[in-house]
Amino acid sequence: MDALRRVTLKAAAAAGVLAATALHPLRVFAAGWNKDAFQAKTPADALKNLGAAAPADSSAIVIDAPQIAENGAVVPIEVTSNLPSTKSIAVLIEKNPFPLAGKFEFHEGAMPFVKLNVKMGESSNVRVVAEAGGKHYTAVKEVKVTIGGCGG
Amino acid sequence: MADPMKMRATLKGDTAEVRVLMNHPMETGQRKGPDGKVVPMHFIQNVEVKLNGKTVIEGQTSQAVSRNPVFSFRLKGAKAGDKLEISWLDNKGDKNQTETALA
Repeated sequence: MDALRRVTLKAAAAAGVLAATALHPLRVFAAGWNKDAFQAKTPADALKNLGAAAPADSSAIVIDAPQIAENGAVVPIEVTSNLPSTKSIAVLIEKNPFPLAGKFEFHEGAMPFVKLNVKMGESSNVRVVAEAGGKHYTAVKEVKVTIGGCGG
Repeated sequence: MADPMKMRATLKGDTAEVRVLMNHPMETGQRKGPDGKVVPMHFIQNVEVKLNGKTVIEGQTSQAVSRNPVFSFRLKGAKAGDKLEISWLDNKGDKNQTETALA
């Protein structure tokens, strides 16, 4: 009896895990996860998969990040968009193996602002793409990463 | 089970500044563990911020976000007593959430 019960439970648990993996368990997270964009290996591919192939340069996007980051494991990046009705902000670390670090969508009640910590493998441009009024805009800031610890 | 989250929200006028800390390894799948084997990817993919039950921010994140991620957000038109919820979900289906009332 007990053995059968265990087997049944295990099978049920396994089925649950499978179903969760297969269906991408994000019923509650309506946005899902843009796999193509996140697994893109070049900034251009990531932008294409975000639907933002040719964003226009904009000075209305403010990126606050250190010029020199001593620890590439934790690089604080703060982004504010001053574009009216900004819908989303995406952050790309151009030289990372997978450039896209995150994308944030803002609904009514949220200000187009986000601060996050990212990992950077090496010195790179940090590119931010904001969507506003159906168009994409971009800004870039270079962050140098010193691997050594000399603060160079 | 995921480790607890920490959230702090401060009201300045009608703007709430929200800071949230999530305990998570954020493995990139590129690092080798002590046994010489690659540590499999394990990272937060989705972050959701809700104000009074309404979704205000939806974030998608990659393994490039630092270990134990800290995010800051700003909400407009918030007032004391409003209920703020933040939840995350990772690539293994693990999830966690925290909530607080604005003060």
